[in-house]
Amino acid sequence: MTLTTADKALVVSIFGKVSSHKEAYGAEALFRLFSSFGQSKTYFSHFDLSQGSADLKRHGAKVLGALGEAASHLDNLDQALSKLSDLHAYNLRVDPANFQLLSHSIQVTLAAHFPADFTPEAQSAWDKFISAVSGVLTSKYR
Amino acid sequence: MVHLSADECKDVSAVFSKVNVDQLGGESLASLLIVYPWTRRHFKTFGNLSSTDAILHNAKVQAHGAKVLGAVRDALKHVANLGGHFAHLSDLHCQQLFVDPANFKLFAGIVSIRVGQTMRQAYTPHVQASFEKFLDAVTDALAKGYH
Repeated sequence: MTLTTADKALVVSIFGKVSSHKEAYGAEALFRLFSSFGQSKTYFSHFDLSQGSADLKRHGAKVLGALGEAASHLDNLDQALSKLSDLHAYNLRVDPANFQLLSHSIQVTLAAHFPADFTPEAQSAWDKFISAVSGVLTSKYR
Repeated sequence: MVHLSADECKDVSAVFSKVNVDQLGGESLASLLIVYPWTRRHFKTFGNLSSTDAILHNAKVQAHGAKVLGAVRDALKHVANLGGHFAHLSDLHCQQLFVDPANFKLFAGIVSIRVGQTMRQAYTPHVQASFEKFLDAVTDALAKGYH
């Protein structure tokens, strides 16, 4: 699966609008994840998972920040995400199924905040993008 | 079997009352064919699906999407027995069309995203959770025909 030039442009342009709201939107995506898919809470027993909590804001910003890093290195995701890949493989060991759940939650958040921008083509680009990122993060699992 | 509480049913009902089901259904099916191109193979009789533009303007896609989401909406009245309610459609999808049940989940995911696009902040995480639970129950019922 490759991101076309058009895909990359859509990822970069929408991320541009997200970047000043990383805490709020990141927290929202995480809260949507935990609300719809309770099993994902297993990795966050040390967090305050209430809506808008400081933990969710901090972690949400971190997750979206990492996606932003990825968006600036679309031609070299392996290298850009190498440390995070190690972290997920050897330390966190997040079940790969959860990446898809988080991807969905992020996409609902983006669609709700940018309804005019989140066209089917934009959705396709973001779905592929987050899929590619998830692939790198799980690449060293086994 | 999935049980939806009265509150969850109310959330689902509220979603359907706030969206144009025909339009959302058509857009969701179009999006499915665009975001997950392999799904186009189930719609060979629908004419031109060769580009994003062609799909977005395909009348058969719009009509079928409207039909599908209408059926999902109507299923809310039968939430206590979705298996029975969808028995015929399940057989059709599973025994005749051989649609991989994973595709039902893909369609449900797209519907949820489109609802978020339409309802925006009114599609709260809580409402989303209720609505996705309902879609999950519907897709499970549709997949029963394989067993």
